[in-house]
Amino acid sequence: MGLTKRYGDVTAVAGLDLTVAAGECFGLLGPNGAGKTTTIEILEGLTSPDGGDVQVLGAPWRDGAEGRALRERLGIQLQETQLADKLTVTETLALFRSFYRRSHTVDEVVALVELEEKRGARVATLSGGQKQRLAVACALVSRPELLFLDEPTTGLDPQSRRQLWEIIRKFKVAGGSVLLTTHYMEEAERLCDRVAIMDHGKVIALGTPSELIASLGADHVVDFALAEGQAVTGLEEALKALPGVKAVRSGPPPAGISLTVAEVHRALPALLALLQSRGAELSLLTTHHATLDDVFVVLTGRQLRDS
Amino acid sequence: MFQLALARMREFYREPEAVFWVFGFPIVLAFALGLAFRNTGPGQLQIGVAPGGGDSALAATLDSSPRLIAAVLDTATARLRLRSGRIALLVVPGDPLVYRYDSTRTESGLARLEVDDALQRSRGRQDRVAVRDDRAVAPGSRYIDFLIPGLLGMNLLGSGVGFSVVQARQRKLLKRYMATPMRRSHYLLSFILSRLVFLILEVVALVGFGWLLFGVAVRGSFATLAGITILGAFAFAGLGLLVASRAKTIEGVSGLMNLVMLPMWILSGTFFSYARFPDAMIPFVKALPLTALNDALRAVMIDGAGLSSLGAPLAIVVAWGVVSFVVALKIFRWR
Repeated sequence: MGLTKRYGDVTAVAGLDLTVAAGECFGLLGPNGAGKTTTIEILEGLTSPDGGDVQVLGAPWRDGAEGRALRERLGIQLQETQLADKLTVTETLALFRSFYRRSHTVDEVVALVELEEKRGARVATLSGGQKQRLAVACALVSRPELLFLDEPTTGLDPQSRRQLWEIIRKFKVAGGSVLLTTHYMEEAERLCDRVAIMDHGKVIALGTPSELIASLGADHVVDFALAEGQAVTGLEEALKALPGVKAVRSGPPPAGISLTVAEVHRALPALLALLQSRGAELSLLTTHHATLDDVFVVLTGRQLRDS
Repeated sequence: MFQLALARMREFYREPEAVFWVFGFPIVLAFALGLAFRNTGPGQLQIGVAPGGGDSALAATLDSSPRLIAAVLDTATARLRLRSGRIALLVVPGDPLVYRYDSTRTESGLARLEVDDALQRSRGRQDRVAVRDDRAVAPGSRYIDFLIPGLLGMNLLGSGVGFSVVQARQRKLLKRYMATPMRRSHYLLSFILSRLVFLILEVVALVGFGWLLFGVAVRGSFATLAGITILGAFAFAGLGLLVASRAKTIEGVSGLMNLVMLPMWILSGTFFSYARFPDAMIPFVKALPLTALNDALRAVMIDGAGLSSLGAPLAIVVAWGVVSFVVALKIFRWR
């Protein structure tokens, strides 16, 4: 509630209010620097907030025995942790297991993340995806009620990403709650029951992925660009008047123009007719189903990746 | 904590370089220094006789003495050899006889006595008092006997705790541990525990090496020696943690470690006795943990002292250990 964290002049988290329900997979989405990691680390009790209250599993963070009792019930994966290179997979898990009173056996958790073949391999020899699965295994070893994952799939190849999604999905099916951060909107759409889109330390949208997409009022996006040197005066107004077009956004040239569209089958022919009547030539034309990326663009006027 | 210590040990023995520096290096050092400073005792002294009346008779008289080797040398050669120390003393025949030598050199002083004694006896001097030599080699008086306890102390000091802590901090591993219910003191204690295990091996290796090759005996009890090394390891692991408690980079911590270790290597009587330093410095030198540890180790190994007589140095060692550990735990940067 009213969570705030400042680093010098920079306010990383500016008055955040969030509630995550038990059994839910909740996603914090946003570009780099939006305050996702700061938020999740405050919730993990690793960073203390400058203002606001935090309750995790119904308890505030306290030092000493109470804090440790709370940690017994959590599983945490941090964005930047590099596990010890010289230890093997099973040794690493045995180490993390020893911190908890109640835990999975090493074999169980190795099976959960499908690292059976790499049991005796040293951490240094693992691939990026395998390392990340090991990091998640270290979080799962405590049989947590609540799992925190900070950008679990950033930098991974598509196959490793899908493997991790499957692990997270299984954890959720077994009744666990998950709070994850990501800047992949696709990941949030696949995994999360609800998402909060963050920008500049604030939540700018909150809801299920389908609710957020529906808030665009249209389920398709049409992107097009005009051939070089072509400019059409009054184009934006004309575009808005086209059937099915809900919103028009144009970047500075030579970037293209993006239309949010409800009925592609009506809007597209009308668009082509309009351009032809103005004598403008197309250099690009694509359409796709609206995604959370489009929600972010509509809300902030910026692309997720390059902001 | 057991798992933490185990992990720490695994990380260590899988680093072949670290293993060499901890086990191999002190032994190589002991071997080299032991060879260089082996006690041969004063051997035979080289004496020159300058040309002059009766020079060869003089040389023959001196040469018949068991501790002297004498030869007649021409003036130029004699001067050169005297200057370079290849002859300890030059006898110039005449009346009176002249002994030419450098009085600051121990060997020359000895030669002066031996030569004079041999010459006076050959001219019929009678001893007024009956004497008898009773030769005994004082135990533990050789340099290697002095060196091995010093190297033991030095080895306990250079434990490498600092690097692994800073590495874990850099890799955000410390932060990850903070996200578990692990007790902070357990993490720090695991370093001390794993040190103790390796310590046993180190001590056995170094003491065993000194005993086998140089016959360096442990005159005190092994239990006392073990007790002292454990206290020393505890103190220096604590000191290592203190050094590593804030540093964020390997470069930073290695600078700090040098700052702590180098003065102690030099001041604390590892390679030579700290009694050589000016008297005003001695109290400070004695307050250093390595000095106290070296003193205690030497007392046990050379003089066979018991634990009860080592209260003062051991109190210094323990005080350093406890204070550094507590301060390290207080100021430790966990992330």
